[in-house]
Amino acid sequence: MSEKKPSFGLRLYAFLAYAYIYLPIILLIIFSFNTQKLNVRWEGFTLHWYDQLFRDQNVLLATRNTLLIALVSTVLSTIIGTLAALALQRYHFPGYTIAESILYIPVIIPEVVMGISLLVFFSMINFRLGLTTIALSHIAFNIPFVTLVVRARLHGFDKSIEEAAMDLGANWLITFWRVTLPTIMPGVLAGALLAFTLSLDDYVITYFTAGPGSTTLPLRVFSMVRFAVTPEVNALSALWIVTIFVVLGIGQIIQRRQT
Amino acid sequence: MQKQADQQIAYRPRPFFRRFQEDPTSQGLALISPTFIYLFIFMILPMVLVVILSILTRGPYGNVVYRLNWQNYSRLIDTLYLRILWFSLWTAALTSLFSILIGYPLAYYIARAPRKQRSLLLFLILIPFWTNFIIRIYAWIMILRTEGLLNTMLINLGIIKVPLDILYTPTAVLIGMVYEFLPFMVLPLYTSLEKIENAQLEAAADLGARPWQVFMRVTLPLSVPGMIAGSILVFIPAMGMFVVPDLMGGAKTLLVGNLIRNQFLTARDWPFGAAASMLLLMLTLAVTLFYTRKAGFGEELLV
Repeated sequence: MSEKKPSFGLRLYAFLAYAYIYLPIILLIIFSFNTQKLNVRWEGFTLHWYDQLFRDQNVLLATRNTLLIALVSTVLSTIIGTLAALALQRYHFPGYTIAESILYIPVIIPEVVMGISLLVFFSMINFRLGLTTIALSHIAFNIPFVTLVVRARLHGFDKSIEEAAMDLGANWLITFWRVTLPTIMPGVLAGALLAFTLSLDDYVITYFTAGPGSTTLPLRVFSMVRFAVTPEVNALSALWIVTIFVVLGIGQIIQRRQT
Repeated sequence: MQKQADQQIAYRPRPFFRRFQEDPTSQGLALISPTFIYLFIFMILPMVLVVILSILTRGPYGNVVYRLNWQNYSRLIDTLYLRILWFSLWTAALTSLFSILIGYPLAYYIARAPRKQRSLLLFLILIPFWTNFIIRIYAWIMILRTEGLLNTMLINLGIIKVPLDILYTPTAVLIGMVYEFLPFMVLPLYTSLEKIENAQLEAAADLGARPWQVFMRVTLPLSVPGMIAGSILVFIPAMGMFVVPDLMGGAKTLLVGNLIRNQFLTARDWPFGAAASMLLLMLTLAVTLFYTRKAGFGEELLV
Protein backbone atom coordinates (compact mmCIF):
# COMPACT_ATOMS: atom_id res chain seq x y z
CA MET A 1 0.00 0.00 0.00
CA SER A 2 1.19 3.48 -0.67
CA GLU A 3 0.63 6.43 1.55
CA LYS A 4 -2.65 8.22 1.31
CA LYS A 5 -3.91 10.95 3.55
CA PRO A 6 -6.20 9.17 5.99
CA SER A 7 -9.67 10.50 6.58
CA PHE A 8 -10.39 12.52 9.70
CA GLY A 9 -12.28 9.60 11.21
CA LEU A 10 -9.36 7.23 10.77
CA ARG A 11 -6.90 9.73 12.25
CA LEU A 12 -9.16 10.26 15.25
CA TYR A 13 -9.46 6.50 15.63
CA ALA A 14 -5.68 6.05 15.53
CA PHE A 15 -5.27 8.74 18.17
CA LEU A 16 -7.79 7.03 20.44
CA ALA A 17 -6.18 3.65 19.85
CA TYR A 18 -2.77 4.94 20.87
CA ALA A 19 -4.36 6.59 23.90
CA TYR A 20 -5.91 3.23 24.78
CA ILE A 21 -2.51 1.59 24.52
CA TYR A 22 -0.62 4.17 26.56
CA LEU A 23 -3.06 5.65 29.05
CA PRO A 24 -3.11 2.69 31.49
CA ILE A 25 0.67 2.68 31.71
CA ILE A 26 0.94 6.45 32.09
CA LEU A 27 -1.70 6.45 34.84
CA LEU A 28 0.19 3.66 36.55
CA ILE A 29 3.39 5.70 36.62
CA ILE A 30 1.63 8.90 37.76
CA PHE A 31 -0.03 7.14 40.68
CA SER A 32 3.30 5.80 41.93
CA PHE A 33 3.89 9.33 43.29
CA ASN A 34 0.54 9.45 45.09
CA THR A 35 0.45 10.10 48.84
CA GLN A 36 -2.83 8.22 49.34
CA LYS A 37 -2.23 4.65 50.36
CA LEU A 38 -5.54 3.38 48.98
CA ASN A 39 -4.51 4.82 45.63
CA VAL A 40 -8.04 5.80 44.64
CA ARG A 41 -7.65 9.48 43.87
CA TRP A 42 -4.74 11.83 43.58
CA GLU A 43 -3.85 13.52 46.87
CA GLY A 44 -0.31 14.77 46.64
CA PHE A 45 3.23 14.10 45.47
CA THR A 46 5.59 11.83 47.38
CA LEU A 47 8.61 9.63 46.81
CA HIS A 48 7.76 7.59 49.88
CA TRP A 49 6.82 4.46 47.93
CA TYR A 50 10.13 4.38 46.10
CA ASP A 51 11.90 4.68 49.43
CA GLN A 52 9.85 1.84 50.84
CA LEU A 53 10.58 -0.24 47.74
CA PHE A 54 14.35 0.08 48.18
CA ARG A 55 14.01 -1.19 51.76
CA ASP A 56 11.84 -4.16 50.78
CA GLN A 57 14.14 -7.18 51.19
CA ASN A 58 11.81 -9.42 49.18
CA VAL A 59 11.87 -7.09 46.21
CA LEU A 60 15.65 -6.72 46.36
CA LEU A 61 16.15 -10.48 46.49
CA ALA A 62 13.69 -10.97 43.62
CA THR A 63 15.54 -8.35 41.56
CA ARG A 64 18.84 -10.11 42.15
CA ASN A 65 17.35 -13.49 41.18
CA THR A 66 15.70 -12.09 38.06
CA LEU A 67 18.86 -10.43 36.79
CA LEU A 68 20.98 -13.50 37.53
CA ILE A 69 18.61 -15.81 35.65
CA ALA A 70 18.22 -13.39 32.74
CA LEU A 71 21.99 -12.99 32.38
CA VAL A 72 22.85 -16.68 32.51
CA SER A 73 20.02 -17.75 30.23
CA THR A 74 20.72 -14.95 27.74
CA VAL A 75 24.41 -15.82 27.36
CA LEU A 76 23.84 -19.56 26.98
CA SER A 77 20.76 -19.37 24.76
CA THR A 78 22.44 -16.79 22.52
CA ILE A 79 25.47 -19.02 21.97
CA ILE A 80 23.42 -22.17 21.33
CA GLY A 81 20.78 -20.37 19.25
CA THR A 82 23.34 -18.58 17.06
CA LEU A 83 25.06 -21.88 16.23
CA ALA A 84 21.67 -23.33 15.26
CA ALA A 85 20.91 -20.31 13.07
CA LEU A 86 24.23 -20.77 11.25
CA ALA A 87 23.49 -24.46 10.78
CA LEU A 88 19.98 -23.92 9.41
CA GLN A 89 20.83 -21.01 7.17
CA ARG A 90 23.98 -22.34 5.54
CA TYR A 91 24.13 -26.10 5.72
CA HIS A 92 22.08 -29.08 4.76
CA PHE A 93 22.29 -32.12 6.91
CA PRO A 94 20.20 -35.16 7.79
CA GLY A 95 17.40 -34.16 10.17
CA TYR A 96 17.18 -30.59 8.86
CA THR A 97 13.37 -30.45 8.78
CA ILE A 98 13.11 -32.11 12.20
CA ALA A 99 15.43 -29.51 13.71
CA GLU A 100 13.48 -26.74 12.02
CA SER A 101 10.13 -27.96 13.34
CA ILE A 102 11.44 -28.46 16.88
CA LEU A 103 12.29 -24.77 16.90
CA TYR A 104 8.63 -23.94 16.31
CA ILE A 105 7.39 -25.83 19.37
CA PRO A 106 7.39 -22.88 21.79
CA VAL A 107 5.42 -20.80 19.29
CA ILE A 108 2.56 -23.27 19.00
CA ILE A 109 2.44 -24.75 22.50
CA PRO A 110 0.53 -22.94 25.25
CA GLU A 111 2.95 -21.70 27.89
CA VAL A 112 1.07 -23.42 30.70
CA VAL A 113 1.63 -26.81 29.05
CA MET A 114 5.35 -26.13 28.70
CA GLY A 115 5.44 -25.00 32.32
CA ILE A 116 3.82 -28.12 33.75
CA SER A 117 5.89 -30.40 31.49
CA LEU A 118 9.08 -28.88 32.91
CA LEU A 119 7.69 -29.24 36.44
CA VAL A 120 6.92 -32.92 35.76
CA PHE A 121 10.37 -33.44 34.24
CA PHE A 122 12.31 -31.86 37.09
CA SER A 123 10.35 -33.63 39.78
CA MET A 124 10.66 -37.01 38.04
CA ILE A 125 14.45 -36.74 37.94
CA ASN A 126 14.38 -35.38 41.52
CA PHE A 127 15.97 -32.07 40.56
CA ARG A 128 15.40 -29.51 43.32
CA LEU A 129 13.36 -26.57 42.04
CA GLY A 130 15.18 -23.26 42.32
CA LEU A 131 17.29 -20.77 40.39
CA THR A 132 18.96 -23.54 38.35
CA THR A 133 15.71 -25.06 37.14
CA ILE A 134 14.35 -21.61 36.21
CA ALA A 135 17.51 -20.77 34.25
CA LEU A 136 17.52 -24.15 32.47
CA SER A 137 13.89 -23.64 31.45
CA HIS A 138 14.49 -20.07 30.27
CA ILE A 139 17.34 -21.24 28.05
CA ALA A 140 14.96 -23.78 26.51
CA PHE A 141 12.31 -21.25 25.50
CA ASN A 142 14.87 -18.61 24.49
CA ILE A 143 16.89 -20.74 22.03
CA PRO A 144 14.15 -20.80 19.34
CA PHE A 145 13.63 -17.04 19.53
CA VAL A 146 17.36 -16.31 19.29
CA THR A 147 17.62 -18.67 16.32
CA LEU A 148 14.70 -16.96 14.59
CA VAL A 149 16.20 -13.48 14.98
CA VAL A 150 19.76 -14.43 14.04
CA ARG A 151 18.54 -16.41 11.02
CA ALA A 152 16.67 -13.39 9.74
CA ARG A 153 19.90 -11.40 9.89
CA LEU A 154 21.91 -14.13 8.17
CA HIS A 155 19.68 -13.93 5.16
CA GLY A 156 21.75 -11.45 3.18
CA PHE A 157 25.13 -12.69 4.38
CA ASP A 158 27.77 -12.64 1.66
CA LYS A 159 29.58 -15.98 1.80
CA SER A 160 32.39 -14.85 -0.47
CA ILE A 161 34.12 -12.86 2.27
CA GLU A 162 34.47 -16.08 4.25
CA GLU A 163 35.88 -17.87 1.24
CA ALA A 164 38.31 -15.00 0.81
CA ALA A 165 39.49 -15.43 4.40
CA MET A 166 39.93 -19.17 3.87
CA ASP A 167 41.85 -18.58 0.64
CA LEU A 168 44.15 -16.23 2.50
CA GLY A 169 45.02 -19.08 4.85
CA ALA A 170 42.69 -18.67 7.82
CA ASN A 171 41.27 -21.90 9.18
CA TRP A 172 37.55 -22.26 9.95
CA LEU A 173 37.92 -21.20 13.56
CA ILE A 174 39.82 -18.02 12.76
CA THR A 175 37.44 -17.31 9.87
CA PHE A 176 34.47 -17.63 12.19
CA TRP A 177 36.02 -15.48 14.91
CA ARG A 178 37.46 -12.75 12.70
CA VAL A 179 35.03 -12.64 9.77
CA THR A 180 31.70 -14.40 10.35
CA LEU A 181 30.99 -13.35 13.92
CA PRO A 182 31.71 -9.62 13.48
CA THR A 183 29.44 -9.59 10.42
CA ILE A 184 26.47 -11.23 12.10
CA MET A 185 27.02 -9.42 15.42
CA PRO A 186 24.02 -7.05 15.05
CA GLY A 187 21.73 -10.06 14.64
CA VAL A 188 23.33 -11.86 17.58
CA LEU A 189 22.90 -8.78 19.77
CA ALA A 190 19.28 -8.40 18.70
CA GLY A 191 18.70 -12.05 19.58
CA ALA A 192 20.40 -11.62 22.95
CA LEU A 193 18.31 -8.55 23.72
CA LEU A 194 15.12 -10.44 22.90
CA ALA A 195 16.22 -13.37 25.07
CA PHE A 196 17.06 -11.01 27.94
CA THR A 197 13.68 -9.27 27.89
CA LEU A 198 11.78 -12.56 27.47
CA SER A 199 13.57 -13.99 30.49
CA LEU A 200 13.07 -10.82 32.52
CA ASP A 201 9.38 -10.86 31.71
CA ASP A 202 8.48 -14.51 32.04
CA TYR A 203 5.88 -15.41 34.60
CA VAL A 204 4.28 -18.70 33.56
CA ILE A 205 7.33 -20.94 33.02
CA THR A 206 9.06 -19.40 36.06
CA TYR A 207 5.98 -19.97 38.19
CA PHE A 208 6.09 -23.72 37.58
CA THR A 209 9.85 -24.15 37.87
CA ALA A 210 10.53 -21.90 40.89
CA GLY A 211 11.28 -23.29 44.32
CA PRO A 212 11.47 -21.71 47.75
CA GLY A 213 13.78 -18.71 47.83
CA SER A 214 13.98 -18.35 44.05
CA THR A 215 11.19 -15.79 43.64
CA THR A 216 11.66 -13.51 40.66
CA LEU A 217 10.26 -10.03 40.04
CA PRO A 218 7.23 -11.13 37.99
CA LEU A 219 6.32 -13.62 40.72
CA ARG A 220 6.82 -10.93 43.37
CA VAL A 221 4.65 -8.42 41.48
CA PHE A 222 1.96 -11.05 41.07
CA SER A 223 1.73 -11.74 44.80
CA MET A 224 1.84 -8.00 45.59
CA VAL A 225 -1.01 -7.31 43.16
CA ARG A 226 -3.02 -10.16 44.60
CA PHE A 227 -2.49 -8.95 48.12
CA ALA A 228 -3.31 -5.27 47.80
CA VAL A 229 -3.33 -2.42 45.32
CA THR A 230 -0.81 -0.05 46.92
CA PRO A 231 1.37 2.65 45.34
CA GLU A 232 4.40 0.51 46.15
CA VAL A 233 3.39 -1.80 43.30
CA ASN A 234 3.07 1.26 41.08
CA ALA A 235 6.56 2.39 42.06
CA LEU A 236 8.00 -1.03 41.28
CA SER A 237 6.17 -1.11 37.95
CA ALA A 238 7.30 2.39 37.03
CA LEU A 239 10.95 1.55 37.74
CA TRP A 240 10.61 -1.62 35.74
CA ILE A 241 9.10 0.16 32.75
CA VAL A 242 11.86 2.79 32.82
CA THR A 243 14.51 0.05 33.01
CA ILE A 244 13.06 -1.77 30.01
CA PHE A 245 13.05 1.47 28.02
CA VAL A 246 16.70 2.09 28.91
CA VAL A 247 17.65 -1.46 27.88
CA LEU A 248 15.71 -1.10 24.61
CA GLY A 249 17.30 2.30 23.97
CA ILE A 250 20.80 0.91 24.49
CA GLY A 251 19.93 -1.95 22.14
CA GLN A 252 18.79 0.52 19.47
CA ILE A 253 21.97 2.58 19.82
CA ILE A 254 24.20 -0.51 19.56
CA GLN A 255 22.35 -1.66 16.46
CA ARG A 256 22.53 1.75 14.80
CA ARG A 257 26.26 1.81 15.38
CA GLN A 258 26.75 -1.65 13.99
CA THR A 259 24.90 -1.09 10.76
CA MET B 1 54.03 -32.10 -6.60
CA GLN B 2 56.34 -30.58 -4.06
CA LYS B 3 53.61 -28.14 -3.04
CA GLN B 4 51.08 -30.87 -2.39
CA ALA B 5 53.52 -32.74 -0.19
CA ASP B 6 54.14 -29.57 1.79
CA GLN B 7 50.48 -29.13 2.40
CA GLN B 8 50.10 -32.68 3.60
CA ILE B 9 52.88 -32.21 6.08
CA ALA B 10 51.41 -28.95 7.26
CA TYR B 11 48.00 -30.49 7.90
CA ARG B 12 49.07 -33.80 9.32
CA PRO B 13 48.96 -32.87 13.03
CA ARG B 14 45.25 -32.08 12.74
CA PRO B 15 43.57 -34.73 10.60
CA PHE B 16 40.30 -34.31 12.41
CA PHE B 17 40.07 -30.60 11.70
CA ARG B 18 40.94 -31.11 8.08
CA ARG B 19 38.22 -33.63 7.59
CA PHE B 20 35.86 -31.37 9.45
CA GLN B 21 36.81 -28.36 7.36
CA GLU B 22 36.04 -30.17 4.14
CA ASP B 23 32.75 -31.74 5.14
CA PRO B 24 29.79 -29.35 5.27
CA THR B 25 27.40 -32.04 6.53
CA SER B 26 29.32 -32.68 9.71
CA GLN B 27 29.81 -28.93 10.18
CA GLY B 28 26.07 -28.41 10.01
CA LEU B 29 25.45 -31.30 12.39
CA ALA B 30 28.00 -29.97 14.83
CA LEU B 31 26.35 -26.55 14.82
CA ILE B 32 22.82 -27.85 15.29
CA SER B 33 23.58 -30.56 17.85
CA PRO B 34 23.73 -28.32 20.96
CA THR B 35 20.25 -26.99 20.15
CA PHE B 36 18.98 -30.42 19.27
CA ILE B 37 20.30 -32.04 22.45
CA TYR B 38 19.19 -29.18 24.68
CA LEU B 39 15.67 -28.96 23.32
CA PHE B 40 15.35 -32.72 23.32
CA ILE B 41 16.12 -32.84 27.05
CA PHE B 42 14.24 -29.74 28.15
CA MET B 43 11.32 -29.60 25.74
CA ILE B 44 10.56 -32.89 23.99
CA LEU B 45 11.34 -35.28 26.84
CA PRO B 46 9.19 -33.30 29.34
CA MET B 47 6.29 -33.35 26.86
CA VAL B 48 6.65 -37.11 26.42
CA LEU B 49 6.61 -37.47 30.21
CA VAL B 50 3.32 -35.52 30.37
CA VAL B 51 1.80 -37.84 27.76
CA ILE B 52 2.80 -40.86 29.85
CA LEU B 53 1.68 -39.18 33.06
CA SER B 54 -1.76 -38.57 31.60
CA ILE B 55 -2.51 -42.32 31.58
CA LEU B 56 -1.17 -43.05 35.07
CA THR B 57 -3.02 -43.06 38.39
CA ARG B 58 -3.08 -40.57 41.21
CA GLY B 59 -1.93 -42.06 44.50
CA PRO B 60 -3.69 -41.47 47.83
CA TYR B 61 -1.33 -38.63 48.85
CA GLY B 62 -1.26 -36.78 45.56
CA ASN B 63 1.67 -38.87 44.36
CA VAL B 64 1.77 -40.76 41.08
CA VAL B 65 1.20 -44.51 40.94
CA TYR B 66 2.50 -46.38 37.91
CA ARG B 67 -0.75 -48.06 36.98
CA LEU B 68 -2.50 -47.63 33.65
CA ASN B 69 -5.61 -45.48 33.92
CA TRP B 70 -7.64 -44.07 31.07
CA GLN B 71 -10.15 -42.43 33.37
CA ASN B 72 -8.22 -39.17 33.41
CA TYR B 73 -9.52 -38.62 29.91
CA SER B 74 -13.04 -39.89 30.43
CA ARG B 75 -13.35 -37.64 33.49
CA LEU B 76 -12.82 -34.64 31.24
CA ILE B 77 -16.17 -35.31 29.56
CA ASP B 78 -17.91 -34.22 32.75
CA THR B 79 -20.28 -31.24 32.30
CA LEU B 80 -18.22 -29.16 34.73
CA TYR B 81 -15.03 -29.55 32.69
CA LEU B 82 -16.81 -29.29 29.36
CA ARG B 83 -18.24 -25.99 30.50
CA ILE B 84 -14.76 -24.71 31.45
CA LEU B 85 -13.49 -25.86 28.08
CA TRP B 86 -16.32 -24.20 26.21
CA PHE B 87 -15.84 -20.99 28.18
CA SER B 88 -12.11 -20.98 27.38
CA LEU B 89 -12.77 -21.45 23.67
CA TRP B 90 -15.40 -18.72 23.78
CA THR B 91 -13.10 -16.31 25.63
CA ALA B 92 -10.17 -17.00 23.30
CA ALA B 93 -12.41 -16.55 20.24
CA LEU B 94 -13.85 -13.29 21.59
CA THR B 95 -10.33 -12.06 22.38
CA SER B 96 -9.32 -12.72 18.76
CA LEU B 97 -12.47 -11.04 17.46
CA PHE B 98 -12.07 -7.87 19.53
CA SER B 99 -8.36 -7.74 18.69
CA ILE B 100 -9.33 -7.72 15.00
CA LEU B 101 -12.01 -5.06 15.54
CA ILE B 102 -9.65 -2.78 17.46
CA GLY B 103 -6.48 -3.68 15.58
CA TYR B 104 -7.66 -3.61 11.97
CA PRO B 105 -8.29 0.13 11.60
CA LEU B 106 -5.02 0.77 13.41
CA ALA B 107 -3.04 -1.53 11.11
CA TYR B 108 -4.78 0.09 8.13
CA TYR B 109 -3.83 3.54 9.39
CA ILE B 110 -0.18 2.51 9.77
CA ALA B 111 -0.10 0.87 6.32
CA ARG B 112 -1.41 4.13 4.83
CA ALA B 113 0.97 6.39 6.75
CA PRO B 114 4.02 7.95 5.08
CA ARG B 115 6.67 5.27 4.61
CA LYS B 116 9.11 6.97 6.96
CA GLN B 117 6.66 7.07 9.85
CA ARG B 118 5.52 3.46 9.59
CA SER B 119 8.30 1.84 11.60
CA LEU B 120 7.91 4.45 14.32
CA LEU B 121 4.14 3.89 14.50
CA LEU B 122 4.69 0.12 14.73
CA PHE B 123 7.38 0.60 17.36
CA LEU B 124 4.94 2.68 19.41
CA ILE B 125 2.56 -0.29 19.47
CA LEU B 126 5.33 -2.63 20.56
CA ILE B 127 6.67 -0.53 23.45
CA PRO B 128 3.90 -1.35 25.96
CA PHE B 129 4.29 -4.97 24.87
CA TRP B 130 7.82 -4.89 26.29
CA THR B 131 6.59 -3.95 29.74
CA ASN B 132 5.79 -6.89 31.95
CA PHE B 133 2.37 -8.36 31.33
CA ILE B 134 1.45 -8.54 35.01
CA ILE B 135 2.14 -4.82 35.25
CA ARG B 136 -0.21 -4.26 32.33
CA ILE B 137 -2.91 -6.30 34.06
CA TYR B 138 -2.31 -4.32 37.24
CA ALA B 139 -2.81 -1.06 35.34
CA TRP B 140 -6.24 -2.28 34.28
CA ILE B 141 -7.10 -3.44 37.80
CA MET B 142 -6.41 0.10 38.98
CA ILE B 143 -8.74 1.46 36.33
CA LEU B 144 -11.57 -1.07 36.60
CA ARG B 145 -11.97 -1.84 40.30
CA THR B 146 -15.04 -0.63 42.19
CA GLU B 147 -13.28 2.38 43.70
CA GLY B 148 -11.00 2.61 40.64
CA LEU B 149 -10.23 5.41 38.25
CA LEU B 150 -13.02 4.67 35.78
CA ASN B 151 -15.78 4.55 38.40
CA THR B 152 -14.42 7.64 40.21
CA MET B 153 -14.40 9.55 36.95
CA LEU B 154 -17.88 8.46 35.87
CA ILE B 155 -19.36 9.29 39.29
CA ASN B 156 -17.65 12.68 39.41
CA LEU B 157 -19.00 13.46 35.95
CA GLY B 158 -22.45 12.47 37.17
CA ILE B 159 -22.88 9.79 34.50
CA ILE B 160 -23.48 7.01 37.03
CA LYS B 161 -24.50 7.03 40.69
CA VAL B 162 -23.53 3.51 41.75
CA PRO B 163 -20.06 2.21 40.78
CA LEU B 164 -20.00 -0.39 38.01
CA ASP B 165 -18.84 -3.86 38.97
CA ILE B 166 -16.54 -4.65 36.08
CA LEU B 167 -13.54 -6.12 37.82
CA TYR B 168 -13.83 -9.82 38.75
CA THR B 169 -16.23 -10.57 35.89
CA PRO B 170 -15.67 -12.34 32.55
CA THR B 171 -15.84 -8.89 30.90
CA ALA B 172 -12.78 -7.80 32.88
CA VAL B 173 -10.94 -10.93 31.73
CA LEU B 174 -11.78 -10.07 28.14
CA ILE B 175 -10.61 -6.46 28.56
CA GLY B 176 -7.34 -7.67 30.06
CA MET B 177 -6.71 -10.29 27.38
CA VAL B 178 -7.43 -7.97 24.44
CA TYR B 179 -5.05 -5.39 25.89
CA GLU B 180 -2.37 -8.06 26.39
CA PHE B 181 -2.53 -9.57 22.93
CA LEU B 182 -3.38 -6.62 20.66
CA PRO B 183 0.18 -6.27 19.24
CA PHE B 184 0.08 -9.93 18.11
CA MET B 185 -2.86 -8.97 15.92
CA VAL B 186 -1.71 -5.57 14.64
CA LEU B 187 1.69 -6.76 13.39
CA PRO B 188 0.53 -9.53 11.04
CA LEU B 189 -2.43 -7.40 9.90
CA TYR B 190 -0.03 -4.60 9.02
CA THR B 191 2.25 -7.02 7.14
CA SER B 192 -0.56 -8.27 4.94
CA LEU B 193 -2.10 -4.83 4.38
CA GLU B 194 1.25 -3.32 3.51
CA LYS B 195 1.85 -5.97 0.84
CA ILE B 196 -1.29 -5.11 -1.16
CA GLU B 197 -0.32 -3.64 -4.51
CA ASN B 198 -1.53 -0.18 -5.25
CA ALA B 199 -2.31 -1.24 -8.82
CA GLN B 200 -4.99 -3.60 -7.56
CA LEU B 201 -6.72 -0.84 -5.64
CA GLU B 202 -6.46 1.53 -8.59
CA ALA B 203 -7.78 -1.09 -10.97
CA ALA B 204 -10.85 -1.57 -8.81
CA ALA B 205 -11.38 2.18 -8.63
CA ASP B 206 -10.92 2.57 -12.40
CA LEU B 207 -13.55 -0.08 -12.97
CA GLY B 208 -16.00 2.06 -11.05
CA ALA B 209 -15.82 0.73 -7.51
CA ARG B 210 -16.52 3.25 -4.78
CA PRO B 211 -13.89 3.51 -1.99
CA TRP B 212 -16.13 1.43 0.26
CA GLN B 213 -16.46 -1.28 -2.40
CA VAL B 214 -12.70 -1.24 -3.03
CA PHE B 215 -12.20 -1.91 0.67
CA MET B 216 -14.82 -4.64 0.92
CA ARG B 217 -13.99 -6.45 -2.33
CA VAL B 218 -10.22 -5.99 -2.59
CA THR B 219 -8.50 -4.83 0.59
CA LEU B 220 -10.43 -6.93 3.08
CA PRO B 221 -10.13 -10.27 1.21
CA LEU B 222 -6.41 -9.67 0.60
CA SER B 223 -5.81 -9.08 4.30
CA VAL B 224 -7.39 -12.38 5.37
CA PRO B 225 -3.98 -14.12 5.77
CA GLY B 226 -2.98 -11.43 8.24
CA MET B 227 -6.21 -11.85 10.15
CA ILE B 228 -5.68 -15.61 10.33
CA ALA B 229 -2.05 -15.33 11.44
CA GLY B 230 -3.04 -12.75 14.04
CA SER B 231 -5.91 -14.90 15.26
CA ILE B 232 -3.57 -17.86 15.76
CA LEU B 233 -1.04 -15.73 17.60
CA VAL B 234 -3.80 -14.39 19.88
CA PHE B 235 -5.81 -17.59 20.21
CA ILE B 236 -3.00 -19.90 21.38
CA PRO B 237 -1.82 -17.84 24.37
CA ALA B 238 -5.41 -16.85 25.20
CA MET B 239 -6.47 -20.51 25.41
CA GLY B 240 -3.83 -21.40 27.98
CA MET B 241 -3.97 -18.14 29.92
CA PHE B 242 -4.48 -18.43 33.67
CA VAL B 243 -2.91 -15.25 35.01
CA VAL B 244 -5.51 -12.80 33.70
CA PRO B 245 -8.46 -14.85 35.06
CA ASP B 246 -6.56 -15.23 38.34
CA LEU B 247 -6.11 -11.51 38.81
CA MET B 248 -9.13 -10.04 37.02
CA GLY B 249 -11.72 -12.80 36.84
CA GLY B 250 -12.46 -13.46 40.48
CA ALA B 251 -13.26 -16.92 41.79
CA LYS B 252 -16.01 -17.60 39.25
CA THR B 253 -14.02 -17.25 36.06
CA LEU B 254 -12.13 -20.48 35.41
CA LEU B 255 -10.34 -21.25 32.15
CA VAL B 256 -8.55 -24.44 31.08
CA GLY B 257 -5.27 -22.85 32.10
CA ASN B 258 -6.56 -22.40 35.65
CA LEU B 259 -7.87 -25.96 35.71
CA ILE B 260 -4.47 -27.35 34.70
CA ARG B 261 -2.60 -25.13 37.14
CA ASN B 262 -4.93 -26.12 40.00
CA GLN B 263 -4.55 -29.85 39.29
CA PHE B 264 -0.78 -29.53 39.50
CA LEU B 265 -0.38 -27.13 42.38
CA THR B 266 -3.46 -27.29 44.64
CA ALA B 267 -5.51 -30.43 43.95
CA ARG B 268 -2.29 -32.37 43.29
CA ASP B 269 -3.91 -34.70 40.80
CA TRP B 270 -1.06 -34.68 38.31
CA PRO B 271 -2.36 -37.42 35.96
CA PHE B 272 -5.67 -35.61 35.55
CA GLY B 273 -3.86 -32.29 35.04
CA ALA B 274 -1.67 -33.97 32.43
CA ALA B 275 -4.76 -35.26 30.62
CA ALA B 276 -6.28 -31.76 30.65
CA SER B 277 -2.99 -30.38 29.25
CA MET B 278 -3.10 -32.91 26.44
CA LEU B 279 -6.64 -31.86 25.63
CA LEU B 280 -5.62 -28.19 25.56
CA LEU B 281 -2.66 -29.03 23.36
CA MET B 282 -4.82 -31.00 20.92
CA LEU B 283 -7.34 -28.19 20.75
CA THR B 284 -4.77 -25.49 20.02
CA LEU B 285 -3.02 -27.70 17.46
CA ALA B 286 -6.36 -28.47 15.81
CA VAL B 287 -7.28 -24.80 15.58
CA THR B 288 -3.83 -23.89 14.25
CA LEU B 289 -3.90 -26.66 11.64
CA PHE B 290 -7.45 -25.80 10.60
CA TYR B 291 -6.54 -22.18 10.03
CA THR B 292 -3.17 -22.74 8.37
CA ARG B 293 -4.57 -25.40 6.03
CA LYS B 294 -7.27 -22.99 4.99
CA ALA B 295 -4.99 -20.06 4.41
CA GLY B 296 -1.57 -21.57 3.79
CA PHE B 297 1.36 -20.73 5.99
CA GLY B 298 2.16 -17.11 5.39
CA GLU B 299 5.16 -15.11 6.45
CA GLU B 300 2.64 -13.15 8.54
CA LEU B 301 3.08 -15.75 11.27
CA LEU B 302 6.77 -15.03 11.51
CA VAL B 303 6.86 -11.36 12.37
